[in-house]
Formats: sequence, structure tokens, C-alpha cells
Amino acid sequence: MDKELLIEVKHLSRHYHGGRDGDSIAVNDISFSLKRGEVLGFLGPNGAGKSTTMKMLSGNLAPTHGSIKIAGIDLMDQPIAAKAKIGYLPDTPPLYKDLSVDEYLKYCAQLNQIDKAKIADALAVAKERCGLSDHGQRIINHLSKGYQQRVGIAQAIIHAPDIVILDEPTVGLDPIQMVEIRKLIKELGQLHSVLISSHILPEIQAICDNVQIIKQGQLVFHSSIAQLNQHIHSHTLCLSCGHSIDTEKLLALNGVNAIRENTSQVNLMAGSSESSIQPVNKQWRVDCTLADDSNNAHQEMMDIAQEVIALAVQEKWSLYEIYSEKNL
Amino acid sequence: MQIMKKRGLAMIKIIAWRELKNLFLSPLAWAILVVTQIILCYQFLSQLETYMQMQAKLSVLEHSPGVTDLVVAPLLGGAAIVLLIIVPLLTMRLISEEQKNQTLSLLFSAPISMSEIILGKYLGVLSFLMILIAMIALMPLSLLLGTAIDLGQFFSALLGLSLVVASFVAAGLYMSTLTKQPAIAAISSFGLLLLLWMINWAGNSTDVQDAIDKTTEHTLSWFSLLNHFEPLLKGIFSSTDIIYYMLFISLFLTLAIRRLERLRLPH
Repeated sequence: MDKELLIEVKHLSRHYHGGRDGDSIAVNDISFSLKRGEVLGFLGPNGAGKSTTMKMLSGNLAPTHGSIKIAGIDLMDQPIAAKAKIGYLPDTPPLYKDLSVDEYLKYCAQLNQIDKAKIADALAVAKERCGLSDHGQRIINHLSKGYQQRVGIAQAIIHAPDIVILDEPTVGLDPIQMVEIRKLIKELGQLHSVLISSHILPEIQAICDNVQIIKQGQLVFHSSIAQLNQHIHSHTLCLSCGHSIDTEKLLALNGVNAIRENTSQVNLMAGSSESSIQPVNKQWRVDCTLADDSNNAHQEMMDIAQEVIALAVQEKWSLYEIYSEKNL
Repeated sequence: MQIMKKRGLAMIKIIAWRELKNLFLSPLAWAILVVTQIILCYQFLSQLETYMQMQAKLSVLEHSPGVTDLVVAPLLGGAAIVLLIIVPLLTMRLISEEQKNQTLSLLFSAPISMSEIILGKYLGVLSFLMILIAMIALMPLSLLLGTAIDLGQFFSALLGLSLVVASFVAAGLYMSTLTKQPAIAAISSFGLLLLLWMINWAGNSTDVQDAIDKTTEHTLSWFSLLNHFEPLLKGIFSSTDIIYYMLFISLFLTLAIRRLERLRLPH
């Protein structure tokens, strides 16, 4: 069964006038669609037009050209009906910081026209899903940034919208909070469609089903995460050894192209009579040449790694770490 | 259609109620209530004192002005001046602070129209000021314990004050949509209101100027907020004055709605 199309964007553009450099184009002729139950990631460097696109989708910014349909409803013609289906978290969470979490979320629920009788339930569900159940009475201003971000997400999902749009939801969070928020977003993806933007590739890889790469306002790449992973091959193995290695022997291996020594990691040894700076661990980066056919790239890398490990054992280099470096 | 209308009213009520509650969360609202009450109370008492001293002389005159003319009308007139200074302080943060803190996107992405946002904010602040006016009205009403006042004139003056304040709020709200800085919104709405208040000074100074000048002066003074307030203070109820205030309020509210819509458009 074909899944229902929730977002349909056609030839969307947004121009900005003025400024010192004259007119600029923030978003240029973007088209894409999102189905129910999908998580779509927007990937791109800062200033690529991710936020502008999301502002247009949420009705905060009118596009210069193009059309946006939310669950079949045109956002420009029937903004109220279309906006009822969207939950939006901008890059700065729109929080009234003088209010308590409960007061704020209640106001959001009212703005989104939840029935009076159902507001308490909606509040409880949203708080529970965002891990805020114990924070209802707290004033938002007194919460940490991570919790404020959660309140922002709770605000976006309180009316159980079909589409949740999150603009860089993990920026400024600590790693543990990041993991929790990512888990939450993955859960959201099961019930809602989620559109998320980020400039961190691993984050998109962890959360999304599909990814779009946007660069200077243009969509340069669109595929599923599985396809994306195939595009990313590693050509470099990083090894860390306790002893010096014999680069000649390593270079003799089949597929090994070049070796670079990595001595950036140093440790200041203090306390001893002569304090000295010396490398703690020695790291080498092994560049590999692979056959042109990229389908087997992963397998090939594994084979080379096996050989490197075997050699290290044989030569007693005390190998203690080996991993492949991933770059786009 | 009926459902749409009902929904719109509900949304306006929600925004207005939130705005009113927000006001009372901040110490500013309480400070304003206290300060206006003290100033106007002092004015009321000193005018009452003067009236008591003059009462004997006045009673000899035919058609002598009563307590309503000499105490109540000046009090409400003075209240308008005090509120001219205070309303910009209340309206300054309405939209500009939301723009500054980027909380406006909460309202923009909710299923509500721009006019509902503006009307909600407008009525929220207006209801706070109505509480303030009700408290001011208690002072002249307390005279009823000892004497009779001209209730017709009193209510006409009270209506006038409410309309003047409603106009102040509309203008202040519009100014607040123009800038991200609350302080700039406050000073510019204060400037605008003061200008509209005293624009009839030029109109009143009719000395040696000829008839051509007189018509321009008359036109200018027609725009004056004060010019339409004075008859109401005297108890002269004219629909022209009421229509003037209605036009004034709708003009600025429409401008504010248009401005809010423009914030989203390509510019």
C-alpha cells in the first residue's frame, strides 16, 4: 500500500532583498515530498538554507516562488487548516521563559485548539514523551538548555500533528542529552512524519530514513540512508600501536597505498625529575587503494584490515586500536 | 462560517487572557496600578479641597459649575494625560519583545490568523487598562456617599476616557510591530500620541490669521485626540467623536495586522 503523502513541495524558492551584496537567494527551486511515518533529514553546512526552508514549511515565512502542500492542503490558500497539521520547533525554541512548563504547554495546547477536556491528557502525554513529567511546575527560565529544548519539542508534538518539523534540535546539548533527544525523535518517527535538519552527518544517519543534502540553497543529493552509506567509503585505516612499526612491511601489503604518521597526540609528563613532552601513543593512518567497483568496498576494506592485524600480531607491534575513518 | 467565527473568537480570547495574565506576572503592571492610583488620588483630593473652599462663593452664582464640572471632569482629563505616558510602557513589548525573543514563530505556526493575534493582544492590554479605569472611577463614585454628581456627565466622561485609552493602545500596538526594540516602540508611540494630543494647539491659536489658515487649522485640530475628548468630558455626547475614535482604533489595528503579515513576506 502506498503511504499517504504528507508534504509536497514544488519549486520552492526564497529570495532576500537588500543587504550589502544586493539580492541573495536563500533557497533555490527545491522540490521534495515526505510520506507518513518517514523521518527525513536535511543535511547541509550552516547558512545553506535549511532553516529558511523549514520556516517556509511551517508558515513562518512566505516563499517567493513555489507551492507547499501539507496533507493535500495548500499552505498559502488555507494556512489555518494546513498549520493545524504541523508542529514546528525553530532553531531558537519559542519559549515564554517567565511561565512554568505546565502553563506554557497549556497555552500551546489552547493555541492549537485542543478540546478543553483533552488538554490535561495531551499535556501529560507530551511531557511524558519528552521526559518532563517531573518538571511541570518549574519555571522555564530555570531549566537547563537541554530541558528547554525538550519543552520546545513537547510544544511541537502536543497536538499530535501529522508532521513534526525540528530545526537543529540537538544543537547546544551535551552528548547524553543528544542521545536522548535522538531516541525521542526516532520514536516520534513511528507515529508522525518528521523533518529534521542538522549539520552533523552521524546524527542524520542515526535518526533518519531518508536524507537530503542542501548546499547554497539547492538540493544536491536525495536518497535513503542505506544508499548514502554506500556512498561513504572509507579509504583510511587508523591504527594505534604501543611500539614503533615497520612501515616497509606494511606498505608491502596488497592494497596499502601510503602511510602517514600521526603524532598530534602528546602528553605532558609532569612530576618526574625531567618533565618531558613525548607522544603517548603512536598512530598511523593507512591509505588504501580499492578497486573501482564500489559495491564491494566494504568487504575489501575488511580484508585489508584483517591482513594488517595479522601482520601486527606477527611483528609484535602491540596493536591496540584499529578503525576505519569515514568521510563523505 | 458560524464555526469559523466561533473558533476565531475563542482564539482571540485565549491570546487576550494569556496577555493579561502575563501582565500580572510582571511587577510592571502592579507598579503602574499603584503609581497611577497615587497620582490621581492626590489630584482628586487637592481638587476636592479647592472646590470645598470655593463652594460658598460659587453657590451665589447662577448656573454655577457643580462638583462634576470642577472635580470629576478634571480628574478624568488628568487620567488621560497620565495614561498617555503609561500606555506606551504597556504596549511596547506586545509584538517587539516576541520578535526579539523569537517567540513569534509559536503564534505564526499555530493555526491562527494574524488578525486573531493582533486582536487578542489588543484586548488583553485593553482589559488591563479597563481594570485601571474602573479603579479610577471609584474615586468620583465615592462622592455619591456625601453629595449628588451628574451621572450623565460622569458616564460620558468615563466613556471618553475609555475610548481615548483604547486609541492609545491601538497606536502603541502598531508601533510595537515596527521594531524589535521595546524601548524604541515605547518612545515612538509616546511621541505619536503626544503629537496627536497637542496637534490642536496650532488649531486653537487663532489670532491674526485669515480665513484660509483657519480651515487648515480646523482640519488639524479635527485629528487631535484631545479635541474629541473635551466635549465628552463636558457631557456633550456627539456621534462624530465616537466615530472618530472608532476610525482611529480600526486604522491602527488594520495597520498592525498588515505589518504582521508583511513580516512573513519577501522583502
